[in-house]
Amino acid sequence: MTLKRISRSALSALLALACVLVVAACGSSSSNSSSSTSGTSTSAGSGGGKITSNPKNKSVKLVIGSKNFTEQKVLGDIYAQALQAAGYSVTTQLNLGDEKTALAALKSNQISAYPEYTGTALLSFFGVKTDALPHDPGQAYDEVKTRFAKQGITAEPPTPFTSSNEVALNPGEAKKLGVTKISDLKGKAPKLKLYGTPECRQRLDCLLGLEKVYGLHFKSFTPVDPQLRHTVLEKHQADVSIVFTTDPQNKRDHLVLLKDDKHMFPPYNSTLLVKTATANKAGPDFAKTVDLVNKGLTAPVMQELNGRVDLDKQTPEAVAKEYLKESGYIG
Amino acid sequence: MTAPPLAFLGEFGDAIKLIFHSRESVAGGSQVGGSQFLGLLATHVELSLVAIAAACLIAVPIGLWLGHIGRFQFIAISTSNVGRAVPSLALIAFFVAYVGVGFTNVTMALVLLAIPPILTNAYVGVRQVDPDTVDAARGMGLTELEITRSVELPLAMPLIFGGIRTSMVNVVATATIAPLGGVVTLGDPIINVSTYGEAGRLAAAILVALLAVVTELGLGALQRAVTPAGLKVGSRGSGRRFRFSVPNRRLEASS
Repeated sequence: MTLKRISRSALSALLALACVLVVAACGSSSSNSSSSTSGTSTSAGSGGGKITSNPKNKSVKLVIGSKNFTEQKVLGDIYAQALQAAGYSVTTQLNLGDEKTALAALKSNQISAYPEYTGTALLSFFGVKTDALPHDPGQAYDEVKTRFAKQGITAEPPTPFTSSNEVALNPGEAKKLGVTKISDLKGKAPKLKLYGTPECRQRLDCLLGLEKVYGLHFKSFTPVDPQLRHTVLEKHQADVSIVFTTDPQNKRDHLVLLKDDKHMFPPYNSTLLVKTATANKAGPDFAKTVDLVNKGLTAPVMQELNGRVDLDKQTPEAVAKEYLKESGYIG
Repeated sequence: MTAPPLAFLGEFGDAIKLIFHSRESVAGGSQVGGSQFLGLLATHVELSLVAIAAACLIAVPIGLWLGHIGRFQFIAISTSNVGRAVPSLALIAFFVAYVGVGFTNVTMALVLLAIPPILTNAYVGVRQVDPDTVDAARGMGLTELEITRSVELPLAMPLIFGGIRTSMVNVVATATIAPLGGVVTLGDPIINVSTYGEAGRLAAAILVALLAVVTELGLGALQRAVTPAGLKVGSRGSGRRFRFSVPNRRLEASS
């Protein structure tokens, strides 16, 4: 392509962009906000000690998998690096699509282990309806563990964090309304515009639950792309938005997350799934290591780690290493 | 339970059944399918029609004007390429800052998707009009506006409609992302497998495909209806392609 042609197409691209901007400017003024999370430490609440390398584990080959989004990739890298530090020969396979793909990969021995959420496992693998999900995290894990055991899969003890739905407001709005828990919205909801993911509209652990369990009927519900749930709050187009517990924007935007005082949102703690045969072959160091690194994974820490990837644009691998170092698990 | 009549179709049978009969959603708590799809279909059609109408109002006059003055060819042609390269979802996210999410936002994104083929075809349609015909019209004392309106526009009509057809199919297919921008169209079952299940995703895909085919056929009929008689004669035997090797005499007689 000649230079002239390039500059011509560049010019027309600019013109097209200009058209977009002119049309867009007819709306209203705007401000673009994008800042990164502050350098919060991730070592809070750990203090579990250092992982020791056991030369006997060298002969055990493990492939750690994960689904295809940030939090999963960070978790996958954390387990992979921790197990490597314990002496295992570890490789990763961190982009396996949705939960059905990941479980199929586990069952067919393409991967040795991957992290899954208790709520997702019950809903998606075992056909439990949303309103029949246990609301106690321990109970949810026990149920997942028992059901997977029958299939020859071990569910390792879960993380402290749960990645569930949250009812979020801007701090100013929350203060004005004087709300701290979801039931405080009673009587105020008809004046509030609610936003959430498209799937929220017809789910019992989202909009339907807010209507049935809390008796809240909002002025409107608008489905949006998951990323936009935060944008509409930032731009004050939404009064209330349904976000995830570990979304890094929660902290950056100082969002107020209302307390789920009627325990409607099911628990989504992460549990590492591994074939029982693989776990037995790997020996006691496997479960010990996983348990150790799980201890520091509280909701604020997970949120921080997600933020370092999504907002600060670090790689999941680097972020996992930082977590293990800051928590003192590796040297 | 007796074997359902559509059992031999497998997954397709289940999807077609969902189109006609509602059932409880996969995660529980709501009814999906059946008459619920009608509402989604209505929104889908409404959104597509508004977008395509707006795109025509913008693109046809500009295309005619650019074609008439015979300049800025690179704008008319390259907007097509640039327009197709910009993902509609990115546009929706971009517009959020200005108009929020909802009908206006998604319509704007779809209009920008629909403009390029219409604009390009309107431009090319006018450029392909025989210069002798335009000269003759000018010689008869027609103003430039009259030439555009009564000579160039009718002769460019088949190509303009070709552009509108292309855009319409694009818009109908792309309107499936509207639920990510606040408008609940037939894209809802495609996006929310956790609610509608695989059958819902397939059912919605079937409906969108049918809608695109119906639109295509309908606009095709309309295109034939608006094609000037002179062009129809010239195109006989060459199928759907319109040629512009129309004898001048015939056009002069009809103007």
